[in-house]
Amino acid sequence: MAGPISVERVWAELGEIVDPEIPVVSLVELGVIREVDVREDRVRVALRPTFAGCPALHVMRAQIGERLRALGAAEVEVEIVLDPPWSTDDIAPEARPKLAAFGLAPAPSPVIVLEEILTAPRACPRCGSVDTVLRNDFGPTPCRMIHYCRACLQPFEAMKPV
Amino acid sequence: MRLELRSLLADALLGLADDEMILAHRDSEWTGHAPILEEDIAFANIALDEMGHAGIWYRLVAELRGEDPDSYPDRLVFHRAPDEFRCIRMVELPKGDWAFTIVRQFLFDSAEVVRLQALQQSHHAPLAKAAAKIAVEERYHDRHLHAWVRRLGLGTEESHRRMQTALDQLWPDTVQLFEPPSHESELTAAGLFPAAEPMAAEWAEGAAATLADADLKIQRGTPGMNGGREKHTDHLELLLAEMQSVARLEPQASW
Repeated sequence: MAGPISVERVWAELGEIVDPEIPVVSLVELGVIREVDVREDRVRVALRPTFAGCPALHVMRAQIGERLRALGAAEVEVEIVLDPPWSTDDIAPEARPKLAAFGLAPAPSPVIVLEEILTAPRACPRCGSVDTVLRNDFGPTPCRMIHYCRACLQPFEAMKPV
Repeated sequence: MRLELRSLLADALLGLADDEMILAHRDSEWTGHAPILEEDIAFANIALDEMGHAGIWYRLVAELRGEDPDSYPDRLVFHRAPDEFRCIRMVELPKGDWAFTIVRQFLFDSAEVVRLQALQQSHHAPLAKAAAKIAVEERYHDRHLHAWVRRLGLGTEESHRRMQTALDQLWPDTVQLFEPPSHESELTAAGLFPAAEPMAAEWAEGAAATLADADLKIQRGTPGMNGGREKHTDHLELLLAEMQSVARLEPQASW
């Protein structure tokens, strides 16, 4: 299987790998793939962490290596890059409805003044009501926070705007 | 960058990395024990964030020392003796009560906000970029800790008393938050690392204002224990014995 691989083929493959903790969006849609560089059968992928402490980063790294080697890459280097810092604005527009359908309210975009964004109501991903309140800046993963919907009387998760 | 400067910068960053790592461990001790579920979640995340930030600093140390950035951080964290750590003493202290945890995290994170701002000007580009990344995440710690300092400082007689007690205990150790790294003048002259004194002044003013708003009083006078980042409390040894125990069972294991 070994042989030259096209950059497009690598991007397409990365578009098939889903976030281990949000399995409805791909790494490409999540905006964590910064760069792809192909030299013959050697591939270098620049991967940006959403949050520095995100435990899923290691899983993403391993999966990228595995999938690209299966594609025929002799060598896969996944480099962790921090510049520019990942932002929820980097999530692809087409991924936003998928997040909401998964029960995870997408972050308002663009993130300019954090305090304004956090005090504005977020729509409940279940019933669409904006009669909601921010309950906790922190949630079940580093990239999520917890809101409460007064219409459904249920908490819901939302992407933490950064 | 000259070899000598690389080594000095690595040493300075090792201090920041160790601070974050040890504090992350202390924060993680609240997992399953925090006073309310929301805070259990919050402090588990804060611990994870700080560990992630430690990871970023350790990788920079590895690169500056010509070591492998993937494996060197684990070696530093799990296979050094207590006297080789370079953390400040404040982060070593046992987690105490909730007020102690909040005051310590507030003092540490508010200092970090100031330092991260200054580090973004570093001429060592990877350091400036790392600081920018961490600063984005720290905004959430800042919000959280300011809210809790106010809530407990202005809460009940008991919450105020506990906060004041914690502040009295921790304040002397804040002198270490901005202790200049070794050979500071060479690092600042090369534009690699910001000077401690202006950062200390900026932090002290901001922290004093937040504490005053929460009706908490800074008792100045008693200076902290003497000695730099080489000198530790006995608590560090116990903490490391626990934190390193699994990794040391089988040093060659791959995780």
